[in-house]
Amino acid sequence: MILSQYRSHLVKFQPLIALVLLCVGISLMSDKFLTVDNGWNVMRQISVNICISVGMTLVVLTSGIDLSVGSVLALCGAITAGLLKFGIEVPSNNLFVGFTLLGAILAGLIAGSLLGLFNGWTVTKFKVPPFVATLAMLTIARGLTMLYTKGFPISNLGDNFAYIGTGWFLGIPVPVWISAVVIVIAVIITQKTALGRYIYAIGGNESASKLSGINISKVKMIVYAIAGVLSAVGGIMVTSRLDSAQPNAGMSYELDAIAAVVIGGTSLSGGRGTIMGTVLGAIIIGVLNNGLVLLNVSPFWQQVVKGGVILLAVIIDRANSKND
Amino acid sequence: MLAAQHISKKFSGVTALDDINLELPAGKVTAVIGENGAGKSTLMKILSGVYDEYEGDVLYKGQKVHFKNPREAQNAGIAIIHQELNLVPYLSITENLFLGRELNNSLGFLDKKAMRIKTEELLKKLKLSVPADTLIADLKVGQQQVVEIAKALLYDAEVIIMDEPTSAISESEVEVLYGIINDLRKENKAIAYISHKLNELFKIADLYVVLRDGKTIESGQMKGMTHDAIINKMVGRDIDIIRNGNIAKEKDVLLKVDGLCLTKAGNKQKSILNNICFELYRGEILGIFGLMGAGRTELVETLLGLHPNLSVADITLDKQCVKFNSATKAINAGIALVPEDRKKDGLVLGLDIKTNISLSSIDQHQTTGLIDNKAEHSKARYYIKALKIKTTSEKQTVKNLSGGNQQKVVIAKCLATKPKVLMLDEPTRGIDINAKNEIYKLIAELAASGLGIIMVSSELPEILAISDRILVMADGAITAEFEGHKATEDNILKAAIPQTI
Repeated sequence: MILSQYRSHLVKFQPLIALVLLCVGISLMSDKFLTVDNGWNVMRQISVNICISVGMTLVVLTSGIDLSVGSVLALCGAITAGLLKFGIEVPSNNLFVGFTLLGAILAGLIAGSLLGLFNGWTVTKFKVPPFVATLAMLTIARGLTMLYTKGFPISNLGDNFAYIGTGWFLGIPVPVWISAVVIVIAVIITQKTALGRYIYAIGGNESASKLSGINISKVKMIVYAIAGVLSAVGGIMVTSRLDSAQPNAGMSYELDAIAAVVIGGTSLSGGRGTIMGTVLGAIIIGVLNNGLVLLNVSPFWQQVVKGGVILLAVIIDRANSKND
Repeated sequence: MLAAQHISKKFSGVTALDDINLELPAGKVTAVIGENGAGKSTLMKILSGVYDEYEGDVLYKGQKVHFKNPREAQNAGIAIIHQELNLVPYLSITENLFLGRELNNSLGFLDKKAMRIKTEELLKKLKLSVPADTLIADLKVGQQQVVEIAKALLYDAEVIIMDEPTSAISESEVEVLYGIINDLRKENKAIAYISHKLNELFKIADLYVVLRDGKTIESGQMKGMTHDAIINKMVGRDIDIIRNGNIAKEKDVLLKVDGLCLTKAGNKQKSILNNICFELYRGEILGIFGLMGAGRTELVETLLGLHPNLSVADITLDKQCVKFNSATKAINAGIALVPEDRKKDGLVLGLDIKTNISLSSIDQHQTTGLIDNKAEHSKARYYIKALKIKTTSEKQTVKNLSGGNQQKVVIAKCLATKPKVLMLDEPTRGIDINAKNEIYKLIAELAASGLGIIMVSSELPEILAISDRILVMADGAITAEFEGHKATEDNILKAAIPQTI
């Protein structure tokens, strides 16, 4: 009994233990790792993945998946940058609408939510499997990004905009603040609201949830919309940090997000997992990336190591759930 | 041929089988009889190698054997045909028959011709006249069952165990099955036949074994046994009659359903429910009885608003006209359903008791947008106490509860929505006799407190024991109505058997 309690605690803190071991290991091998500068650097780098992964977690908890996050990130970043720099111009009507910083950001976020809603709509209304629906959106949103930017970066967006990705507030980088707010809101949603309950219930047993009077379609629409908005948040942060909206931004970001979700212990079949697990997963990936760079490991080997870690995490998770 | 001696089996401390003895002689059909949970399926799974941990001995052709997995049992010549068929829908009959035991030619490629010829031979023998390359998905359930039997014959099974073979097939298909069983008997195969339908057993079985609560109660020749004698042995004790009786004085109509019709999805011509009309009084327990396929479950589903596009009905609830296009609306209006399959439709097994109980009523605990944990916990504790759910705490995962306690959690979830009408679909399926009696008592108490109860069941003794009034359904229509004390097994069954066959 005591042993099994001990076991369950061990399982709960597994990702945390893995992270601590990882940090100790890297700091033993490199004296550049445990410095304040490097710490903020790592956290700034992972804040984009955290935002996307949090959205991904919600989707995965409903036993769905969102492969479109990377493309949606690029499109929303480009829309924000484009509106900020050029506004909307209709030469035939002699019409010009300029955007303030706030307006452009808001437009990017709205675009993200609409793209997410579209995902949710195809998934719920037409019963398209989430994998396929969001795979289609991955291509569509990337294509729209290319169309909007005509294939060129949109750069020189001004100091105020750059503050979002590079600035400091109360001694902490702004992206870290943003991801912290995202985490807090997501934890409250999953743990404290009816919506959170419904998300877990639908992932655990959709049929029982439906018969319990839960509006499945509505919950799924909301969840995909949140994933879209969080991709947009990531897109704005990336664009701001680079002072440029790249048409090919966010390529394969969905894979990093899924990796963070999986390492964090969320079941891909839904109903089981936590936001904090995903956050730890994202930090583990970030620290691993950083450590491998500091240790001068070749980029090719970095990918191999990352893949191995994902595999290991899932194998351990499987073994744990078998013992339940 | 095959014998079980002193078999005992426990599942995590709960005794499922207790010193069971069973013999399946060659050339005989042995009926294995017992209620849900009596241990029939567990015993058959031991004989066919699905469970390899048990106490006692299995003797096969006089030798002691211990099968570690179904494959070993199959190779020895013991085949089991499960209630749920184990066929791959998008492979052909031939491919299914030879799955895992494909024939190869001298080059190491599949010898399709040889497999095909063998398949055709078997199909001919079993009088199934479809091409050998037909996909399983294109066959009727009865035909699929024949394919399963063909599979058993392919590896020369000498013992064939059939678990509820007729539960999903039509009358004419049943006749075909009997023909096949008779042929197998002539070929000196030993056959175990599990079924709830006693009439079938009288037609087909030579011997019988009755199991109850994991024990062998009696075995003997089927000849000379009567229906009642077997039921007596199966049940062993009577269900207490708990009709509340005080309903007759004041008949206050709570729910009125008029002209309810439901058509099949994808085929609007085919009707599943036809002009259903009935009333439910406040404080009444209305039993709905029907055989498989009568439309009982579809009726309660429609009332819960699950088939908005396929159904029409005039429903009056508490003197108000209502129309539901989703379960959400029905639940808000005061209708709740305890579904037939609690694991599939009733519970989120991986979540705890508290979360499951508040699943339909979480809005009540949401003030300022956040869930009030304290209120939620105390609500859960209240129901755990009121319904006598056996658990260490409200944080226990529902997966770890027994069937009866899981069912109580589903009922608690429904009660938490403060329903006016509580519908229960097969509320005691697969739970033990004590839990059954507790649930009956609970239903009676709820009715006494003013709820209208609709209880759907295919178990006659249960319907007779607790209903104030009984509706009988057949072929999607209501065929009879009885006052509880006037109903008998005979007149209910007569009304329940479809006239078209």
